[in-house]
Amino acid sequence: MLIELKNVSHIYADDFQGTEALKNINLKIRDHEFIGLVGHTGSGKSTLVQLLNGLIKPSSGSVIIDGVNITEEKTGLLGIRRKIGLVFQYPEHQLFEETVFGDVAFGPRNLGLSEEEVEVRVRESLELVGLDYEEFKDRSPFNLSGGQQRKVAIAGVLAMKPEVLILDEPSAGLDPQGRQQLISLLEYLYNKKGMTIILVSHRMEEIAHLANRVIVMSEGEIIFDDNPAKVFSEVERIRELGLDLPEITEILWRLNRKGLKVRTDIFSLAEAVEEISRELRGSEIC
Amino acid sequence: MALIELRGVDFSYNEMEAPALKNINLTVEAGEFVSIIGGNGSGKSTLAKLLNVLLVPSAGEVIIDGMNTADEENWLKIRQKIGMVFQNPDNQLVATRVEDDVAFGPENLGIPSPEIRKRVDKALEAVGMERFKDYPPHNLSGGQKQRVAIAGIIAMEPECIVLDEPTAMLDPQGRKEVMETIHFLNKEKGITIIHITHFMEETVGADRIIVMNQGSIHKTGSPLEIFREIDDLKKLGLDVPLVVEMAHELRKKGIKIPDILSINELVDSLCS
Ligand SMILES: Nc1ncnc2c1ncn2[C@@H]1O[C@H](COP(=O)(O)OP(=O)(O)O)[C@@H](O)[C@H]1O
Ligand SMILES: Nc1ncnc2c1ncn2[C@@H]1O[C@H](COP(=O)(O)OP(=O)(O)O)[C@@H](O)[C@H]1O
Ligand SMILES: [Mg+2]
Ligand SMILES: [Mg+2]
Repeated sequence: MLIELKNVSHIYADDFQGTEALKNINLKIRDHEFIGLVGHTGSGKSTLVQLLNGLIKPSSGSVIIDGVNITEEKTGLLGIRRKIGLVFQYPEHQLFEETVFGDVAFGPRNLGLSEEEVEVRVRESLELVGLDYEEFKDRSPFNLSGGQQRKVAIAGVLAMKPEVLILDEPSAGLDPQGRQQLISLLEYLYNKKGMTIILVSHRMEEIAHLANRVIVMSEGEIIFDDNPAKVFSEVERIRELGLDLPEITEILWRLNRKGLKVRTDIFSLAEAVEEISRELRGSEIC
Repeated sequence: MALIELRGVDFSYNEMEAPALKNINLTVEAGEFVSIIGGNGSGKSTLAKLLNVLLVPSAGEVIIDGMNTADEENWLKIRQKIGMVFQNPDNQLVATRVEDDVAFGPENLGIPSPEIRKRVDKALEAVGMERFKDYPPHNLSGGQKQRVAIAGIIAMEPECIVLDEPTAMLDPQGRKEVMETIHFLNKEKGITIIHITHFMEETVGADRIIVMNQGSIHKTGSPLEIFREIDDLKKLGLDVPLVVEMAHELRKKGIKIPDILSINELVDSLCS
């Protein structure tokens, strides 16, 4: 599925100052990309991802999905939302059913699936996000901890089996294990299920580790759009934009400045450790 | 006398389910900076709510500055002593101007206006937001909103601020602002800080870390003591700061590195 944004600008109708949340965005997203979308709060990330599945219509420009201009078409939005699943920022605000089962089943039921099929999907999705089906299915989503609620919301989107999965700051509030599970889940969905994934996150190490393309936004514009190594080599600019470097990059970069000539385009701990110890052995400086 | 003392505290939301807290014994002295880590559902927020009487224990006692939270007559005084800051900055700000928001708490305490004026100015200054006093809060960044929420608490002149994942929804810049602010309040204003977080690297500057697991205190210790036990933390679904893990892995390769907690310390020990 090809998603294309052409000259897209957006101003929220209730924004009296008329700030452009998005300014003339041009973007193509192809099958089986893993995109990391980063930028300071208010840079336009959530607006952008909501345009991608038709939740908001741009003030100008067009959003084209599989050749269909969804900014013109009135019909077909339901089909698009089935194919492009969006896990909202603060998804726990969207929980509303009495039980966890009911909440995750809501989407599949709307697809008109049989109750047996719905149950299979709910079970599968809960297990995918690391919630035990028997333990959680009858609990009220409102009595769960924040991290557990987050997982229920992600399960609800997975139960729709979308082709493209968009997650808007999904790991905010998750504990380290929950975050690790989420990372493994995204790796699994990307590598084994061939999904296209768009991940909005403030955790640069997550982005650097997972994404093959990083889009950096600021003030409604795309500042960088490249592979992680390229983007995170823009050390000064990344800092100016109020963002972090991935911690590993930060360490390698500082070592480099101190004269230890390690590579700085490494994003895994094991490789970084390998690189540092190799350089240290051969170096006189440190 | 300790500022906060919990003795054999249990808490259950609901008789059908396992208790959210079991036999918690904990003392916090005035002036301490304590970080609490623990998996989702381990009881951190429940513990926090017991401290300023949003909840009272099912068994055991919570004593704040000598006052038992079981006694309703103490509630107002305790809530004035122990302020709470929550995760989502948008839910905490109610007024249309920053300074009105900060004045809200002291007004409710019935403090006279000239005194409120002073307190609001002081509080905004303490969080570095004095320039924004006339702004509508919704125009601020996430980190700025959290600092205003913190100012609203400071204006009540509390002895302790409990922050429940205050940086979870912030961007990197906002996280830095909030962490700098609470360390400043602790060091310069002597305010006791209890800081709940999932960012392990935010805890390295604490005096003490409390590790929660399944409703109990698993252990407490200094950051160095806690993060030395990498496997123990990983078993609980927690982690250590990435630099600590990197130092650990480098040591396995025969490189001599002392105990470190920050990027600066690691880089300095490697290139000295
Ligand atoms: N529902 C809304 N109404 C009015 N303005 C909004 C709304 N949602 C977002 N904005 C504004 O649009 C801009 C971009 O916001 P957003 O897309 O949420 O950024 P991000 O997700 O990167 O934090 C910000 O200036 C924000 O205040
Ligand atoms: N309002 C509530 N009603 C019933 N159970 C709750 C409520 N809030 C939390 N719990 C349960 O209490 C336990 C501890 O939750 P909490 O203190 O929120 O943990 P944490 O803050 O460490 O994630 C969890 O099992 C959670 O599901
Ligand atoms: Mg957003
Ligand atoms: Mg909590």
